Amino acid sequence: MDFSSINPVVLIAALMVAATPILLAAIGELVVEKAGVLNLGVEGMMITGAVAGFAVAVMTRNPYLGMLAAMGGGAALSLIFGILTQLLKANQVASGLALTLFGLGFSALLGQGYVGVVPPRTAKLNFGFLSDIPVLGPILFRHDPMVYLSILIVAAVWYWLKYTRSGRILRAVGENHDAAHALGYHVLRVRILAIMFGGACAGLGGAYLSLIRVPQWTEGMTAGAGWIALALVVFASWRPWRALLGAYLFGGILVLQLNLQAAGIRVPVEYLAMSPYLITILVLVIMSSGRVRKSLAAPGSLGKPFHAAG
Amino acid sequence: MKRRTLLAASAFALGLSAVAGPALANDPLRVGFIYIGPPGDFGWTYAHDQARLAAQEHFGDAVETFYVENVPEGPDAERILTQMALSGADMIFATSFGYGPAVNAIAQRFPDVAFEHATGYMQEAPNVSLYNARFYEGRAVIGHIAGRMTETNTIGYIASFPIPEVIMGINAAYLHARAANPDVNFRVVWAYSWFDPAQEAAAAEALIDQGADIIMQHTDSTAPLQVAQDRGALAFGQASDMTQFAPDVHLTAIIDEWTPYYIKRIQDRLDGTWEAGDSWAGIPEGEVTFAPFNERIPADVRAEAEAMIESIRTGEYHPFTGPINRQDGTPWLAEGEVAPDGDLLGMDFYVEGMTGDVPN
Repeated sequence: MDFSSINPVVLIAALMVAATPILLAAIGELVVEKAGVLNLGVEGMMITGAVAGFAVAVMTRNPYLGMLAAMGGGAALSLIFGILTQLLKANQVASGLALTLFGLGFSALLGQGYVGVVPPRTAKLNFGFLSDIPVLGPILFRHDPMVYLSILIVAAVWYWLKYTRSGRILRAVGENHDAAHALGYHVLRVRILAIMFGGACAGLGGAYLSLIRVPQWTEGMTAGAGWIALALVVFASWRPWRALLGAYLFGGILVLQLNLQAAGIRVPVEYLAMSPYLITILVLVIMSSGRVRKSLAAPGSLGKPFHAAG
Repeated sequence: MKRRTLLAASAFALGLSAVAGPALANDPLRVGFIYIGPPGDFGWTYAHDQARLAAQEHFGDAVETFYVENVPEGPDAERILTQMALSGADMIFATSFGYGPAVNAIAQRFPDVAFEHATGYMQEAPNVSLYNARFYEGRAVIGHIAGRMTETNTIGYIASFPIPEVIMGINAAYLHARAANPDVNFRVVWAYSWFDPAQEAAAAEALIDQGADIIMQHTDSTAPLQVAQDRGALAFGQASDMTQFAPDVHLTAIIDEWTPYYIKRIQDRLDGTWEAGDSWAGIPEGEVTFAPFNERIPADVRAEAEAMIESIRTGEYHPFTGPINRQDGTPWLAEGEVAPDGDLLGMDFYVEGMTGDVPN
């Protein structure tokens, strides 16, 4: 076995990039689930964001306008889910799955004219001398702006959920919507806003794939990233920093797998591809075992429809 | 993707009632194509679709071509093939290796439909024809160019699935890279997909991170080329000219040119002389061609590559000419011996000098 050709510094830098799309989608879904809503449509919102962002970036020749459009596209699609589940009280699981199916088909339709088009490039940031520091430079200071933005969003979500009044209201709504309602909070409004935030983040994650990571539009290009993001939220037990850790772990598995192969080391690709889901199942099993549950617990009202009584 | 397949399928079902009656003499010949990816992949499916369009152009009103894209290998393929046959297709081109079982099953149920299966090996009905191209001839040429041009002596290879077609491509490229440069070293990453831009891009990144300065691919998207362009590595296009995606680093591409074969076979079907066959053509027949060579290829390397193309075209040279040993050192081809087609079509081993293992 020859591991010498694998450079850990390069590996870490690569895994941060590989993890960014799932991290963006996961942090959005985390907020949605904290508000007590389970939206399984992440994959659909991601791919919609990917195509919307790509189209706008190509038309305007500006990748950042594309990113904004991706957030808009993801949020718009999630609004359908919000209206269905919150106002019309449709089943969340079924609506979420439908959103994924719809998003995949709809994006393929929208993207027909964009196959084979080269999008405008997003420059990597250069922090001058910081980028030249050995080891830390390549890991921390040579990425595209979205990598930093994703970490900032994680920090902001963490702070907002923990220390701000509106963040606490959102958590209250997610823990016990009847109590929150009794206190006079607008459960549905909070949830719809959370759903739209989740959609915007998922859309941004999708656009990261189509505009920076690949960069190209192809049908079905998210290839299951949305499902990994969903698994990640459970893995992170609904905590923002753990979502970051988990995303880097899952991204690391992908990058490491390819690097091991490139180094000529035989790896069981199938098992590695399975591992995010296996880990998530494991977390679910541990969670359901009573005592540990309290520390890891899911939001109390997760997935339950809210009917304002009286 | 499956939703669109479904839509297309229901469209066929609707069309069924209209064409179910006995065909009139002046009806156009209906020729269906099923594709593994989208025609806009600029790779494998794109090449087939270009040939379909060229054939349509060639025959005009005498032929009506149609296609279904993104058909997964397996039961979905069987369903689509059935619907195509039911909706009056006279001839069907199935353009991916994994459609084999479905093609053979459906061909037995529709003996009047001519089936053409690309890159397959199963022929269990008299109306199943096989066709393939000798891509390894092209890979030998680009292997030579890569061997001459690499500075790190490391060439990255993004492979799809460990099937003979892909393994023989790796071996052909490696043998000729090594002949040009004895220190050359291949690093292979298996993407386990024919078309997954994100995975292919990540694979290209990993290979470049590990010192590869030239990327070859046996997957269909342009993503590895775009990564190479960004990172300053050289690369080769796959199946069609991909210069526009990486103008500075795209050295050349192996182009799949199916047009002559499609026109010939459709003509045979029109004339009523179509028979099941097994075609494996390459550079001599014009089925494997090259995109224009990039200016970055030095003149002497270009001349060597052109000489090799010419000697393959005249039949003077076969890329698998002994002595060649297997990776474990056991002899495969003796001095001057040319690989039998059967050995190539069942190839499941690397040649001597390759590192790593062929996955199961």
